[in-house]
Amino acid sequence: MHAWLERQIPKMVLAPSFVAILIFVYGFIGWTAWISLTRSKLLPRYDLHGLIQYKRLLAAPRWDTAMDNLFLFGSLFIGISMLLGLGLAILLDQRIRIEGVLRTIYLYPMALSMIVTGTAWKWIMNPGLGLEAMVRGWGFDSFRFSWIIDPDMAIYAVVVAGVWQASGFVMALFLAGLRSVDGEIIKAAQVDGIPGWRIYSAIILPSMAPIFLSAFIVLAHLAIKSFDLVVALTGGGPGYATDLPATYMYAMAFSRGDIGQAASSAMVMMAVVFAIVVPYLYSELRAKHD
Amino acid sequence: MTDFTASPPGPAPRAPGRIALRWLLFILLGLFALFYLMPLFVMVTTSLKSLEEIRSGSLVAFPRELTFDAWRTAWSGACTGIQCEGLRPYFWNSVLLAVPAVLISTFLGAANGYIIAQWNFRGANLIFSAMLFGCFIPFQVVLLPMARMLGMMGLAGTIPGLIFAHVVYGIGFTTLFFRNFYVTIPSDLVKAAKVDGAGFFRIFWSIFLPLSLPIIVVTVIWQFTQIWNDFLFGVSFSQAGTQPVTVALNNIVNSTTGVKEYNVDMAAAIIAGLPTLLVYVVAGKYFIRGLTAGSVKG
Amino acid sequence: MLPILDIQSLNKSFGSVEILKDINVAIQPGDFLVLVGPSGCGKSTLLNCIAGLEPISGGAISIGGRDMTQVSPKDRDIAMVFQSYALYPTMSVAKNITFGMKVRGIDAATQARKLAEVARQLQIEPLLDRRPGQLSGGQRQRVAMGRALVRDPKLFLFDEPLSNLDAKLRVSMRSEIKKLHQNLGATMVYVTHDQIEAMTLATKIVVMKGGVVQQVGTPAEIYNHPANLFVADFMGSPAMNLIPARTRRDKNGLQIEIARPDGSPMILHSELQRELPEDVILGLRPEDIAEAGFHSGRAVQASPCRIDLVEPAGADTYVVSQLGGKQVTARLHAETKAQPGAMLDLAFDLAKVSFFAPDTGERLN
Repeated sequence: MHAWLERQIPKMVLAPSFVAILIFVYGFIGWTAWISLTRSKLLPRYDLHGLIQYKRLLAAPRWDTAMDNLFLFGSLFIGISMLLGLGLAILLDQRIRIEGVLRTIYLYPMALSMIVTGTAWKWIMNPGLGLEAMVRGWGFDSFRFSWIIDPDMAIYAVVVAGVWQASGFVMALFLAGLRSVDGEIIKAAQVDGIPGWRIYSAIILPSMAPIFLSAFIVLAHLAIKSFDLVVALTGGGPGYATDLPATYMYAMAFSRGDIGQAASSAMVMMAVVFAIVVPYLYSELRAKHD
Repeated sequence: MTDFTASPPGPAPRAPGRIALRWLLFILLGLFALFYLMPLFVMVTTSLKSLEEIRSGSLVAFPRELTFDAWRTAWSGACTGIQCEGLRPYFWNSVLLAVPAVLISTFLGAANGYIIAQWNFRGANLIFSAMLFGCFIPFQVVLLPMARMLGMMGLAGTIPGLIFAHVVYGIGFTTLFFRNFYVTIPSDLVKAAKVDGAGFFRIFWSIFLPLSLPIIVVTVIWQFTQIWNDFLFGVSFSQAGTQPVTVALNNIVNSTTGVKEYNVDMAAAIIAGLPTLLVYVVAGKYFIRGLTAGSVKG
Repeated sequence: MLPILDIQSLNKSFGSVEILKDINVAIQPGDFLVLVGPSGCGKSTLLNCIAGLEPISGGAISIGGRDMTQVSPKDRDIAMVFQSYALYPTMSVAKNITFGMKVRGIDAATQARKLAEVARQLQIEPLLDRRPGQLSGGQRQRVAMGRALVRDPKLFLFDEPLSNLDAKLRVSMRSEIKKLHQNLGATMVYVTHDQIEAMTLATKIVVMKGGVVQQVGTPAEIYNHPANLFVADFMGSPAMNLIPARTRRDKNGLQIEIARPDGSPMILHSELQRELPEDVILGLRPEDIAEAGFHSGRAVQASPCRIDLVEPAGADTYVVSQLGGKQVTARLHAETKAQPGAMLDLAFDLAKVSFFAPDTGERLN
């Protein structure tokens, strides 16, 4: 009996965390899913009304903009961060003496809150006083850099700030990947007289496929969750020009008092995240079991 | 490490082409360094200028005369709406919130990771998978019910409420960190300790915790950065007096009362970013390890 | 005498996979029991079951006459040495050794006395303040032994303790363990995949394969009378020759016919009285085949064989010939004149021969 009790201790210690995850993650997802199927407005109502909230979502121009922005922002943010990160990693991989310093410089934005990043870039992109004013001050009077107040361009301003923040991190991931490639393979290729760029393109990069995948997953995840950056940089504006699903959800939940819309938009966000992350996690966990 | 711009070994002299390539490399790296440093530079210089100088001078110019007024205002006088007490009270809110939340979530993650990695029982892997999936949900999906739950628990708009939320949604990652660290420790260690007569808690305290310093540092840094920098929970679950520093910073920047004081905004942004920046500078190695561990599931 | 360790019809399964099947082993105080078998045979699992580190699905284990089946490891009065040594990395050597006593609340004076005793015995006094990370493999091994010795348990358990050491160190540690066993008179259970370790250390060997005990016996029994083809093949190096043969009763006794590559079969005679099936596998160790004239005995019979390969090994020379469609190894004197390709009279000692059934692999004589 005593030995039996002893064997249960690990389960008992793990139980509170497990119960918390069950309630606060899975239970709450269930609650949100339920609410997304009701006519809840300011207060939750629990009688089901089918997909009415999702139909409203599809009909809302603001949501339409948010989704368009998500895909535009997401693909640019992921694409540019990956390219920039990979390029920097390869450049840094050339036995640079001050590599440590440069790495520190490239990566520090990741330590900052997106609110801080947004505040800084908002100031830099301020047309009256920032970059635009500076270049005009150099004599280029016709120079225009007013993305942040231009409804068509503001989303690109978000991309710039986002890339600035995250690309150093991608660089760190790729650099670690480059360093983990078996040195003997590279030596063998050098002995065979294969030129440097071919070694990268034919040997090193293909062996880093898992790192590309990881970087993609993390960036996609960051993109979908991006909320702070937009709030701080543009506040979703001008108008709703830079709304993302995350800001739409927040607006519905806390300023519009439309929790049915908030719940359904949150569910769509989760569906997008899971469409990307679940296959990845599933393959990771399976690979580990084998 | 691979080096393709340097000369191959042997008596061949350094070709001029290679030297040019080397210079190009340094110029590129330098330009990127400028790109990453520029916002920080602008923030610091702007925060040290007077409003007058900001309007007349260039964005990237050094301040003609240093003034710390903006910093003083940002710390104790700037308006976050109707109140004008600066960032100070909110900075302390963030400290009061981050310290317990980091400690509790790290401790729970250590215990959970120890169990999942070393006391494997039927279903442990399923529980781990459940926790792992929890790391990836967009928090928007739990925002509404959490707000209601905190209300029901009497924690709405309080710092303990925020601590609770950060702990609950932090255990997934902290468990992952510790689990991945502890699986690398041979299971013979637990067996040896069991034969020596030590039980579950004794083995944890005497053998595993003393081993865990590196992963504790990684986890604490990760959690601190996440929680300090959080905005979503802060803006959703706090009220006027209990807001964390990120929310207060956003309020200062977007406050519409009076003249727009860009220098104060920048000083406030630096103050809000300073703790995590400091952690990064002091313990960057562990910060990167946490970032990569959080993305490359080992 | 009451067995100190008694395992009765022990079963262990993991889901639907049976890892250990109906294990029955008993040993007396002072025995050195070696569990040997290829990797995956369940020997380490059996040791973990004895230690109580893994639950069993059926059967019973008693230690010192007490039923321990449901007792947790710490109350079984055992000590264990692990393959990876499993030293506590953040504790000094001294703390590693005394940890078990500290957990059990033994007073500091006793701890210090026992530590000193064990440190002297294993000659690790200069290492006591170091961390495991600062020790060599052999030193770690000693510390791991010290941690077990200091407990003075009823039963010592060793899980492949020498397999992480280099060859030379392994041999010297092996004799130290043997000496230790003789000096302490302690009872030990030792797991290894190395049959030489098994032969040199054991007073009793359990050969396992696929979770099933193949044979239990003294080293001599296992070596000279292997219970089946698996044991015959696994124990001994070079391995026992297993030669397909046909048998026939004639007026002189048993006639054994072995095919040779050139066509005419080799005929040997045995005085074995037992009935054998027509087809058998004949087992003969390399040292039981010698150059004709060097071996004598009533049952020694010579026959010319073509030598395919000559392998001098210093003290002996091994020659390989083909018999019954198999490569057959014979151990000859170092000074042999055997030449590859030439014929040589080899003498077969039929008193030492084992017969096995080709279908079941069981021993027939």
